Amino acid sequence: MERRANPAFYALLVALVLMAVGPIWLMLATSLKLNVDIISGTSALFFVPTLNNYETVLCDYLWYEPEHVRRCDRTFGRALVNSLIVSTVATFLTLILGCMAAYALVRFRFMGRGVTSLTTLLVRMVPPAVLLVPVFGIWTFQYGLDGSRAGLVLVYVAMNLPFVIWILQSFIVQVPIQLEEAARMDGAGPFRTFFLVVLPLIKPGLAAAAIFTFRIAWNEFLLANALADRNTRTVPVVIVNSITEYDIDWGVIMATGMLLAIPPILFTLVASRQIITGMTAGAVKG
Amino acid sequence: MLANVNRATPYLFLAPAVLVMAVALLYPIGYMIWASFLDWNPSQRIGEAEFVGLRNYIYLLGDAAFRESFWVTIRFAAIVVTVEMVLGVGLALLLDRKLRGMTVLRTIFILPMMIAPIVVGLMWRYMYHPTVGTLNRMLESVGLPSAPWLSDGTWAFASIVIADIWQWTPFIFILALAALQSLPQSAMEAARIDGASGWQLIWHVKLPLMLPVLIVTALLRLIDAFKVLEVILVLTNGGPGLSTEIVALRIARTAQEFQDLGTAAAMSNLLLILLLVLTILMFGYTRLTERRAARLAAAREAEIT
Repeated sequence: MERRANPAFYALLVALVLMAVGPIWLMLATSLKLNVDIISGTSALFFVPTLNNYETVLCDYLWYEPEHVRRCDRTFGRALVNSLIVSTVATFLTLILGCMAAYALVRFRFMGRGVTSLTTLLVRMVPPAVLLVPVFGIWTFQYGLDGSRAGLVLVYVAMNLPFVIWILQSFIVQVPIQLEEAARMDGAGPFRTFFLVVLPLIKPGLAAAAIFTFRIAWNEFLLANALADRNTRTVPVVIVNSITEYDIDWGVIMATGMLLAIPPILFTLVASRQIITGMTAGAVKG
Repeated sequence: MLANVNRATPYLFLAPAVLVMAVALLYPIGYMIWASFLDWNPSQRIGEAEFVGLRNYIYLLGDAAFRESFWVTIRFAAIVVTVEMVLGVGLALLLDRKLRGMTVLRTIFILPMMIAPIVVGLMWRYMYHPTVGTLNRMLESVGLPSAPWLSDGTWAFASIVIADIWQWTPFIFILALAALQSLPQSAMEAARIDGASGWQLIWHVKLPLMLPVLIVTALLRLIDAFKVLEVILVLTNGGPGLSTEIVALRIARTAQEFQDLGTAAAMSNLLLILLLVLTILMFGYTRLTERRAARLAAAREAEIT
């Protein structure tokens, strides 16, 4: 439509952007404020920023000792490390297992293909709340994985696999089969063909799948809360634990929230195109 | 399909994923179905729990608190999906034009849904805060009385709806925009040559053509709306009273606070059945539209030859 856009249109755009970014900006601003400023209601734009809250949160990893921190609370630093380990390992494993399975489902015809494919589709909608009871029971009494990072990784991999398998299928279908046949002719086995020919061609799909998996593992609270013990708690669990207390230290908790939000925000800024492709592929190929 | 490969190859590719899903997804689900027939508390092994048949389910049907949280869930899902669909599709129709900063704009819009639900809850809890909160300060500065955002049942429900709309409208927007931009240009041209106005174009051409994608989008969103938990947990923890206690939250509380795993499992089972129905609906609908498209294509082919 070659209409001249009118000012109202741009006003709408600005309003939308403000609405989308506003709350995030507020969180950032609050995390950079002293508690006095938060209580007195200094505006979100004009205040003296301070890194105090971040120093409190990360006191364990600083090379200096910030003078305003009287007693260093290690909880958050430990949680950050746990979160990083768990989500990275879970993402890595999900991707490897997921792309192999997707490849098998797309490229081979075999007994049980239909069943596997259908099951994968159906278990996609299982919410963490539904897994809470059984996973708690099994992990504690049968696998002996409660309170360990491995237990969390296992459940995250399983939870994300259906989605990853299904999204990667749509990328693998697009790889020209002639390439694989050529590789076969040259004597490459199926595994070499897969890892050396197919994988490099579906990198955008892998990126999208990786971001989605990481995001879920990184953000998940309920199962982490049920499974993790004091030493293996992840960041979301720590955040929730510290807000149920009566008096909320807004500055510190917003700094914690900001640190939890930073990786997904970075991914979004770097790979928004892949994320959107992944999301659209999801809806269009229900 | 690749010809002449070893018959074991596909199974080798599939085995690790299937193994993990069997051990950590299918087995737990089966376990949960079994547990829903037991009277079971967390200190017991499942073998020691007493079999009580359908007692948990019967208890749930008669439990006013569960019925209440069931209706809260349905109401929440229905309202957020409706509002988000209208807003998201409306915005997509408005912004579907050649715009220089569109990529930047889309990136900004997907930020809210990438951030952890816990953090989204945190941001909104701060904004809803009765004294230091941004919203009450804004009301105050224009001379209005402050609102009981999270402390009154009706307000609290509205507050969680608003937070969800903020987080998920962009999802609908992005998908609707993608659908719009992949519409066949020929149909639009034809309508315009026939003198269709902007509104007619939207009502009679664009929306009908987008409908299949929109229905799938709405169903996807509906399934997700039943899974929402963390935002509400942080904002209200189900309160005040039971006004915002959705089923997912009630499951968590039944398991962790009331230590009644059997009932929690029965509840999970009901939620799972509901989601399963929605998923099958979505799946069936996609199949249907695909088949119709294939038939149309075949008919067109037949006409040409």
